[in-house]
Amino acid sequence: MASIADTGTLPRAAEFRTCPDTGLKIDLAAEKLIRWNAVVAVVFLAIGGFFGLLVALTRWPAVHLLPAEWFYLALTAHGADVLLFWVIFFEIAILYFASAVLLNSRLAAPRIAWLGFWLMLAGALLANVAVLQGESSVMFTSYVPMQAAPHFYLGLILFAVGALVAVAVFFGTLVIAKDEGTYEGSVPLVTFGAIAAAVIAVFTITSGAIILIPTFFWSVGIISHIDPVMYKVVWWGMGHSSQQINVSAHVAVWYAIAAMVLGAKPLSEKVSRFAFLMYILFLQIAAAHHLLVEPGISSEWKIFNTSYALYLAVLGSLIHGLSVPGAIEAAQRRRGFTKGVFEWLRKAPWGNPAFSGMFLSLVMFGFLGGISGVVLGSEQINLILHNTMYVPGHFHGTVVAGTTLAFMAITYLVVPLIFRREIMFKKVAQWQPYVFGLGVAGISLFMMGAGTLGVSRRHWDITFSDAPVAFDYPGTAFLMMGLNGVFGVLAALGGLMYIVVVVWSVFFGERRTEEKARSEPLLPQDGAAAVATYGSEGTLKLPGTITLVAVFFVAFVLYYFVNWKFLSEVWPLS
Amino acid sequence: MAIHPPEKRIWWNEPLERSEVTWITIAFIWGLVMFFTMVFWHFTGEQNLSNEAYRIHPETFAERTEAMADQYTVREEGDTGIPVVHPPPGSDVYMLARLWEWWPILELEEGKDYRLHLSSMDWQHGFSLQPENINIQVHPGYELVLTLTPEGVGEYWVVCNEFCGIGHHQMVGKIYVVEAK
Amino acid sequence: MTDTGQDTRASDQPAERVPFMQRLLDNPFLLLFLGVAVPAVLYLMWGIMEVAQIPIAP
Ligand code: HEM
Ligand SMILES: [Cu+2]
Ligand SMILES: [Cu+2]
Repeated sequence: MASIADTGTLPRAAEFRTCPDTGLKIDLAAEKLIRWNAVVAVVFLAIGGFFGLLVALTRWPAVHLLPAEWFYLALTAHGADVLLFWVIFFEIAILYFASAVLLNSRLAAPRIAWLGFWLMLAGALLANVAVLQGESSVMFTSYVPMQAAPHFYLGLILFAVGALVAVAVFFGTLVIAKDEGTYEGSVPLVTFGAIAAAVIAVFTITSGAIILIPTFFWSVGIISHIDPVMYKVVWWGMGHSSQQINVSAHVAVWYAIAAMVLGAKPLSEKVSRFAFLMYILFLQIAAAHHLLVEPGISSEWKIFNTSYALYLAVLGSLIHGLSVPGAIEAAQRRRGFTKGVFEWLRKAPWGNPAFSGMFLSLVMFGFLGGISGVVLGSEQINLILHNTMYVPGHFHGTVVAGTTLAFMAITYLVVPLIFRREIMFKKVAQWQPYVFGLGVAGISLFMMGAGTLGVSRRHWDITFSDAPVAFDYPGTAFLMMGLNGVFGVLAALGGLMYIVVVVWSVFFGERRTEEKARSEPLLPQDGAAAVATYGSEGTLKLPGTITLVAVFFVAFVLYYFVNWKFLSEVWPLS
Repeated sequence: MAIHPPEKRIWWNEPLERSEVTWITIAFIWGLVMFFTMVFWHFTGEQNLSNEAYRIHPETFAERTEAMADQYTVREEGDTGIPVVHPPPGSDVYMLARLWEWWPILELEEGKDYRLHLSSMDWQHGFSLQPENINIQVHPGYELVLTLTPEGVGEYWVVCNEFCGIGHHQMVGKIYVVEAK
Repeated sequence: MTDTGQDTRASDQPAERVPFMQRLLDNPFLLLFLGVAVPAVLYLMWGIMEVAQIPIAP
């Protein structure tokens, strides 16, 4: 089959196949790019996760695995490999999926998309080489004036340029799909979420270019000075915004999984899209929460930006926090699980790792990552938490329990639908989200606990054995770091299970033929009409979701004010 | 479904369900509460980080710190050779960060105000006062000036909590808080 | 608009005006502009000005 456009440009004669599960038309060029971006993402997760395990074992006081130099090297590699390379490669796969596949369109300029892929890969490898050579243990934040080897910055720049190319291909595909009329009306909600992610990506990458390019010139001696505060302002325009790409992307993934596994429809297109609009406008400015205890920046700037403009972007997340479980509840009730408040949840497909991973991601992102993030980002409360273990505790709740687990969950759909392979080791796959989820919940909580007790992040020796001035953190802090180690091992095990299942399925799995797809459909066949057709007013009542949201809200309010109480107890300063 | 275009061409005019409107309203108000809590704390709270800061040459900052130490040193800390400095209450006190120490050690009087100056000689460091757990970023080339009121007689430590190279985990300073004379 | 939950497909009535907010949300490039301009002004430019204004020590 070929699709010919009447846009005046010379369209590529794309080859399509029709997905037997969804009926979507899939451009084979897009499919190949999705596959390779996803595979490379998983490879970096494996490498980065391994470094994460080493780091966790070193910070376990009784084990204290690595020597100091290796610890700082491993921590730098861990941050870069998982936070940048795993997450962003996977996001590029999601962007191609949400544009070309969901819109039934051909992908714009696959050759250019491949160029982006190779640039990203080259950059990621170069940065890894720089780190492993040992001259670039500067943490992935690379705060100046500490200096890494030039090819460390160069690697990050190449990676960013490649990602920008991919984002451009995404936007190009939106244009093509619209011109060629491959869908009717507005784009699907999942695609809309991907648009939010892509918009934020453009700001992210631009900020990165503004700061990393001069830093590279500084590292080769062409520029003599980079202002350290200025660096941080611009760097976090990239570093933080990239976390907001993750949020937008994994919320889109939640909607996608709820739709594909349960036939859930958004309660209200209007409300969900409005929530994404709040992300587009205001998520990125909260980068300011990384600068709350820096010298000389006014409190007006700090408060306005760290609050996402009066918490309007948090409002967006709180809306998704109702509408995602709400859509699931509505779909389940429509299916007949109407007893009591929670039958819909008890009878949910907990044995399907796509669903369980998604739901755990939703709950843990809200309770662990979300609440702690808002608390940590309050201007004054930051004084008692900045740069303590509370910070990694918080973001393992967001980017690991939230984003990583959501991406793992959707992999269990991507492998049969896009790789057209059966998931192998089904039992292992079933347990994987629980093992990983429990491990991550543990590291998130215990790191936060240690941080509350003052333990420094990025720190090799909390016994300070070689320090001229002796000091020890309280005994409970050691206990917390030990428990963090135990749960870190569990998280690493969950990660390993994921990698084994995915690699085995992708390379050696049984092929999923069309006959097989027809006889054992992956997606529910009992109709998508789980929610009334027009707006949330027509939906069934959702007592379960309302209860969950109420519990969440009470926890949020209590925890928020408890931290102000903690703050009020430290030395007065002004 | 969320993976298909909305069924209605025009979805913006959809009516909303009451519980959804209620939640959005509550969430919006909660956002305002959190926002104004930060503002409010500037007027009523006792813990607000000063925004008084200057650009300064590291050498200038070091000179000022040494001048203070020359004038007010009362003893040395054990056999470390680090001076313990007891400046008068209400005065300007300095602590500098460098690879890998906080210098000098301060002795302050409980309940008195001090104008504490912080800056770095080389890379970024993190002033992390333990066990109080007050954490402030310290930059080279910038001087932060804050007013601090120690509470509770005893020993306090200043851990470095910004990664500053291979000696990062050995970088510990100290503040003694003694009874006011 | 008076259209409530009746099962009329809006696309059957091409005359119906698309509301402003929906047109905004349906336009990725407008969103791209807003999503870059808002943080560039509120966060980056304002932030850089803040740092640039820090005075020299007396
Ligand atoms: C096997 C699972 C994992 C374990 C056991 C683990 C453990 C840890 C530990 C113990 C730290 C060190 C905190 C410190 O000393 O400051 C850390 C840092 C970090 N982790 Fe993980 N982690 C895991 C997975 C991930 C994933 C999947 C991501 C991102 C998607 C991630 C992102 C980060 C980042 C960005 C840092 C901060 C690095 C820095 O301070 O420069 N981790 N992790
Ligand atoms: Cu230091
Ligand atoms: Cu340090």
